[in-house]
Amino acid sequence: MYERGLRRYGTLALFLGPALIGAAVFLIGPILASLALAFARWDLLTPARLAGLANFRQMLGDPEFWAALRHTLTFIAGYVPPVMVLGFLVAVALNSRIPGRGLLRAVYFLPVVTSWVAVGLVWKWLLNPQYGLINNALSHLGVPGPAWLFDPAYALAAVILTSLWKDLGFVMTILLAGLQTIPQEYYEAAAIDGASPAQLQRLITLPLLMPAVFFALTISLINSFQVFDQVYVMTGGGPAGATTVLIERIVKSAFSYSQMGYAAAMSWVLFGLVFATSFLISRLRGRWAA
Amino acid sequence: MTSQARTMVRETGRTRRKPFPWGRTLTFLALLVGAAVMMVPFLWMLSTSLKPSTDVLTLPPRLIPREPTLGAYGEVAASFPIWRVLLNSVVVAVLTTLGQLVVSSMAGYAFARFRFWGRDALFTVFLATLMVPFAVTMTPLFIIVKTLGWTNSYLGLIVPAMFSAFGIFLMRQFFLSLPVELEEAATLDGSSTFSTFWRVMLPLSGPAIATLAVFSFMASWNNFLWPLLIVSHQNLMTLPLALATLQGVYPGQTQWNLIMAGTVLTVTPMILVFLLAQRWVVEGVTTSGLKG
Repeated sequence: MYERGLRRYGTLALFLGPALIGAAVFLIGPILASLALAFARWDLLTPARLAGLANFRQMLGDPEFWAALRHTLTFIAGYVPPVMVLGFLVAVALNSRIPGRGLLRAVYFLPVVTSWVAVGLVWKWLLNPQYGLINNALSHLGVPGPAWLFDPAYALAAVILTSLWKDLGFVMTILLAGLQTIPQEYYEAAAIDGASPAQLQRLITLPLLMPAVFFALTISLINSFQVFDQVYVMTGGGPAGATTVLIERIVKSAFSYSQMGYAAAMSWVLFGLVFATSFLISRLRGRWAA
Repeated sequence: MTSQARTMVRETGRTRRKPFPWGRTLTFLALLVGAAVMMVPFLWMLSTSLKPSTDVLTLPPRLIPREPTLGAYGEVAASFPIWRVLLNSVVVAVLTTLGQLVVSSMAGYAFARFRFWGRDALFTVFLATLMVPFAVTMTPLFIIVKTLGWTNSYLGLIVPAMFSAFGIFLMRQFFLSLPVELEEAATLDGSSTFSTFWRVMLPLSGPAIATLAVFSFMASWNNFLWPLLIVSHQNLMTLPLALATLQGVYPGQTQWNLIMAGTVLTVTPMILVFLLAQRWVVEGVTTSGLKG
């Protein structure tokens, strides 16, 4: 930065060159190409041709796309509120002075570091209607367990349940980090002024935790729009298409039916949904802080 | 002070012995129950992997195997190049991580310290790509990698994953937090920009590098969709991909003990990494929130 002329540009190229070339070829290039593809038809065999809004029109009349969107939104509705509430409760509990705090935190976080393929298979086995641990536990309580992943009425719920188990520790960790930034003195001062424990939570913890809550909420929403691995492993989109989600519809269009343009168009609709959600959440956050 | 508060102070002053902490005890018990729920799937996985095929489908299910055996592991190894797959995962995760560290630390340093035309706009573009779902780039990326002849190769698994906007962002933020005086002193001593970066700045970046390294390793180790798209040869599969195909390898009844043995092999290395580098894993998760 103190060098002049050609040498200066040489240094700049050395530092930034790899990232720029890599990003151009593998990140930004593909994004632009995907944008172009969204307005084209391409089956990989014949040359691509411009198609205007044909892909988007096709989407309007594609019941599989609407089903995938509906399942994705159902997943979000069934997953995001409980994961936030449970994550919050566990974070608050693990922030209090209790024995074995460090170990407990590790236990709750453990599923987060495992691969979805592995835990998806474990849960598939746990949810086995006949030999699975879950239905056997339920039968001890006198409740006949459903066929879970084999029953269109329960399959998505089973995937949501598994996702809650896997991601609880993730939300918990973000909120715990937020809790630890709140100065202990605030609580002491308020307690001296006679605040009840419930008031302490409502008047100190909640408002000061809001940035972490919004962060966890945004990430959970963005990730659940892109739910895929667990569905692929646990149900493959079935039974009878009951768990087909957006990413699966996109992957299938591109790689099973070679509809590259249609897949790209759907991926941009997904991006639009993710973008709109992040935007709404940031607006909401601004209003809360104001 | 309100009258309510005064009563409270008087009351606490009067009680000599602390009352039994009911609230904290209940919290602790609830957490223990929750922890059991978190652990049971792992125990059930381990237990099933240690059962002989004849014991897997018994009613009621037994958590502790009657005759524990490593037979399932042997069978997985015999029907699948499991060691090769394990090696693939290690090679891909290590090289991806090294590549990301080199690319991200250098670019992060340039964005933090160099002044050049269009810097802020360029950085904004990098940041914006963080919002773009993988599904958007997936198709063109596949075509690029296929055109380069990188499907079914380490190159295809490693190179595209080396360029992460998150890594550049993380390293830039870290370098911004270091005092400029350090570099000025080094420059006065006649050190070139590169050697200042290499000898002064990098040694100070341990925490940021550890976070990025663990995080990138974890993302690569657990990545599924990308290997699924570009790898079809058994010899180039990574663990999650191999595990997913293991499901369909055995005809007829699902061999749960074999699948759980494969699952244990997939999950254990990552759990060890987590236990050894807990702090950096948590750091990565809380700063990025991205799961790879």
